[in-house]
Amino acid sequence: MVNEIYYKRRYVISGVVILVATIFCIRLFNLQILDSSTKDKADTNAFLKQTIYPSRGLIYDRNGELLVYNQPVYDITVIIKQMGSRFDTLGFCNAIDISRDDFQKRMLEIRSKKNKGFSIYTPQVFETQLQAEDIAQLQQTLYKYPGVNIRKRTLRNYTYTFGAQVLGSIGEVSQKMIDNDSYYTSGDYIGRDGIERTYEKYLRGEKGVEILLRDSKGIIQGKYEDGANDIEPVSGGNLTLTLDIKLQRVAEELLEGKIGSAVAIEPKTGEILALASSPSWDPRLLVGKSRSKNYTALKNNPDKPLYNRATQATYPPGSTFKTVQALICLQEKAITPNTMYGCQGKNSRPIACTHSHGSPVNLLSALEQSCNPYFWRAYEDLLEKGGYGSQNENFRRNYVRWQTDAKSFGLGQTFKDADLPTQSSGTIPTAEYYDKVYKGKTNWKASTIRSNSIGQGEVLVTPLQLCNIAAIIANEGYYITPHLNKVDSLRQNIHQTNIDKKHFAIVKDGMSRVMTYGTGRYSNIDSLKIGGKTGTAQVKNKGDNALFIGIAPIDDPKIVVAVVVENIGFGATWAAPIASLMIEQYLTDTIRRQELYNQKRYYKK
Amino acid sequence: MNRKSFISSVDWLTIVLYLIMVFFGWVNIYGASYNFEQTSRFDLSNPAGKQFLWMMISFVIAVAILIIDESTYETIAYILYALLIAILIITPLIAKDVKGSYSWISIGPLRIQPAEFAKFVTALALAKWMSRYDFKIETWRDLVVPISLIIAPMLIIMVWQRETGSALVFLAFFIVLYREGMSGYFIASGVALVVLVCLALKFQSAQLPLGVGNWGSISYTIVLLLIVLAIDLLYSKDKRGGLMILITTVLTYATALVVNIWLTVDFSTISLIVIGFAAIILTATAIVDRQNAIWILLVFMIVSTAICEISDNVLQKLPDHQRNRIEVILKIKEDPKGVEYNVIQAKIAIGSGGFKGKGHLKGTQSTLRFVPEQHTDFIFSTIGEEFGFLGTIGVIVAFVGFLLRLIFLAERQKDKFSRVYGYSVASIFFVHFTINIGMVLGFLPVIGIPLPFFSYGGSSLMAFTILLFIFLKLDAARVEKL
Repeated sequence: MVNEIYYKRRYVISGVVILVATIFCIRLFNLQILDSSTKDKADTNAFLKQTIYPSRGLIYDRNGELLVYNQPVYDITVIIKQMGSRFDTLGFCNAIDISRDDFQKRMLEIRSKKNKGFSIYTPQVFETQLQAEDIAQLQQTLYKYPGVNIRKRTLRNYTYTFGAQVLGSIGEVSQKMIDNDSYYTSGDYIGRDGIERTYEKYLRGEKGVEILLRDSKGIIQGKYEDGANDIEPVSGGNLTLTLDIKLQRVAEELLEGKIGSAVAIEPKTGEILALASSPSWDPRLLVGKSRSKNYTALKNNPDKPLYNRATQATYPPGSTFKTVQALICLQEKAITPNTMYGCQGKNSRPIACTHSHGSPVNLLSALEQSCNPYFWRAYEDLLEKGGYGSQNENFRRNYVRWQTDAKSFGLGQTFKDADLPTQSSGTIPTAEYYDKVYKGKTNWKASTIRSNSIGQGEVLVTPLQLCNIAAIIANEGYYITPHLNKVDSLRQNIHQTNIDKKHFAIVKDGMSRVMTYGTGRYSNIDSLKIGGKTGTAQVKNKGDNALFIGIAPIDDPKIVVAVVVENIGFGATWAAPIASLMIEQYLTDTIRRQELYNQKRYYKK
Repeated sequence: MNRKSFISSVDWLTIVLYLIMVFFGWVNIYGASYNFEQTSRFDLSNPAGKQFLWMMISFVIAVAILIIDESTYETIAYILYALLIAILIITPLIAKDVKGSYSWISIGPLRIQPAEFAKFVTALALAKWMSRYDFKIETWRDLVVPISLIIAPMLIIMVWQRETGSALVFLAFFIVLYREGMSGYFIASGVALVVLVCLALKFQSAQLPLGVGNWGSISYTIVLLLIVLAIDLLYSKDKRGGLMILITTVLTYATALVVNIWLTVDFSTISLIVIGFAAIILTATAIVDRQNAIWILLVFMIVSTAICEISDNVLQKLPDHQRNRIEVILKIKEDPKGVEYNVIQAKIAIGSGGFKGKGHLKGTQSTLRFVPEQHTDFIFSTIGEEFGFLGTIGVIVAFVGFLLRLIFLAERQKDKFSRVYGYSVASIFFVHFTINIGMVLGFLPVIGIPLPFFSYGGSSLMAFTILLFIFLKLDAARVEKL
């Protein structure tokens, strides 16, 4: 066009258009290609990832009796945004049988600053762990209450009132556990003790995730891609225990009102048949809402029920230890089955005898009569073999041999390959220990540690270890680590002791005689062929502890038992009958001696 | 004219781009309003169905425009303009309150926004005035009349109808004035003024140490003086003026700093004194140099100082929603759950689309309604989420191509009426494009105007169609003119 002098301005205008478009493209490149945070934010916006809890594995006893199962409970949640202003508070309160004040109080708690996860768009827990009957009315009229939801969860329940310490319990996971294991989130349940803790990973299964679409108002619009990305939960594995719940029941009932424990093992497999600790409690106490209150009560109980005496408490084994002493002395050739020692009864020095019998005695009679001087002399001969030496080196060597032999019985240490969560190691003292106590290597002699010979000195064992001694005698030289999970793999943990098989016959014979002629004769039933050894261990300033180990049938052992009752008196009077009744129960599946049963059961100390 | 020449002379490239954008917009309107219960794209109960109806109506209008004789538009331009002003004034009297604005009138089941149609009517009137045989923009009359033609509907829409967004679009006509010879300094001054006001507002809240005022006045004073210095050194023959301004500024601030040791000095006042000195020196330079540019510079300096000084008070007097939007975009405050919510959600939606997008109807943010106004002003976020970087760049490329084509078409017009009208069309689309996408991407405050051809809305689609096709008709007819 003529006299058009401004036509060049088209380039300025076009340039501005391109400049603006370029700026937009750069921003879009940043936003859509470089910046990945928006994708997460979009997912947070749109996806509600809901955990689907797997059902926890069930627990059975060795005979397939259901011990622990799951029980549904119900939580009520509210989404405040959806409740609206016309929410029928009165109807809702009536439906779950609470007062209006309770309702207001709960709503205030939900809105308080303490509730860190508060949002009016997401489900807030209004009430937890209600039983099916508590929510029945609400369930039917739920449509009337927008924003109110019922969420199902499961808690543990128990068929029997026995085995609380063994089974353990589940409780809400602590912050420390959450920090250590990312699997857990706040509010999850975790096995806190017992089998529930040992086999937590096996029992719990794997949580699943359900991805739901949530719109901008927080309303669920369905599953994301029809659940294609959901993760199905994996149910926990079921567990069959080695326990025999009937035997466990007998053990716990007989220990009622007393403090102590009873352990039974199948020696051929190392399977724990019963593991009782008294006082105990009904495992249902530690379930659900009342858990924390009851847990505190148990924790503050002066008799310490939470303390599993069967694996955690250590006792001087008393005369039951004479079996071990006999085996070590035979193995180290300190004695032969024919070795005889004299006994002056109550006048014996340095250790008096508590029983009256003939003198001199051989090993068999000494076991039968639980002769203290015999075992002291045998121990002395073992330790002083070849003299002390100038710096006690011979004596020390002998002592270390004894100590090593004793430890080969699983004493003075925990069972590392066991599936028991809490164990004490007990004590088999080292030479260095005595060096320290007596301030020098030459300051202690056989006579200084003579109490060890009769299970009274520094030697301490747990009832589980005591029972394992019986298992070693039953197996004639080896043991399989005691365990609770009835799987074949755990039967492979075979441990050989230092004692040759040939030495066991005489000890077994001695244990049979204890039951027929000796201290155990009042608790015997001939048909069961029980072999046993009683023990009565002195406790400073308190009553004696009663102990007993038993094997039955002695010629083909199917069960070994150890019983310890604290501060009650003679082993023969208290521990032996309990063990005998347990053996009767296990071998005959019944108790004929009801009178004895009731007498021991209802005695309260 | 015969049918054959009509079909061959109309610019098919523009029409194809128009159709692509309208159909792609329609697809995204369906995506933005899709909510699991899938209804048909043609169902009149959902926005996509309604939009389809609007599209059909628009196509009929487009064909009608192409058939009507091109001289009609120039003939009725002033009558239409007068009618428009009347309707704009009447509208709020019969309109209902829609989100605080009074710009919608209901005719039976239809709701029409007359402000949308004000654009092409104003463009016609402007084109007619500027195509007068004796038009010379250098004269006061030919500067004031076009500006009045632009400002009149703009003021009515902004103040009387309270529809700020639509009113701001009228600034597009200044691009036309620039093309037709208006001094570039008008636009440059406008841009500089906006920058200065932003600075003044932005640093208003940043307090200087020792309680001697805030950074606001100092920041704009320094930038203003830099502009003044640059232009003065460029145009003034006598370079001593610029040097004196520099020296007095430094000296005044230095003196104030020293005095501040004993007496508290208000640095906002000092800034005014500095500008005062500069004004005196500039006046002297202007008298000596006899340069118009220096006089204009002086006026600009005084006017912008005055505007910056009152800007904060004006801001405080604005309605809450507008003040919040300005404060948020200047990052004076944060409001993620209020004003910023829309833009934050739009950015999340666009960003989460990534390179390829999530696929049509598969955008979680779109289908779950996280971006309010998504099928209207924020339609670009659905495109970004469901079609990704490819989709957004595609839209921008299409738009730039469309705009550059319009500029090309405008430049090839043989008569001035068509050229001015063509530039008006290009400028209006450009301003819509800039403000809408600039708002969605967070460059500009939230101003509710549609993205032409993409956003849902009958009035806007019809108005844009009319705007565009009148120009296409004028372009098609240019051959016959000679």
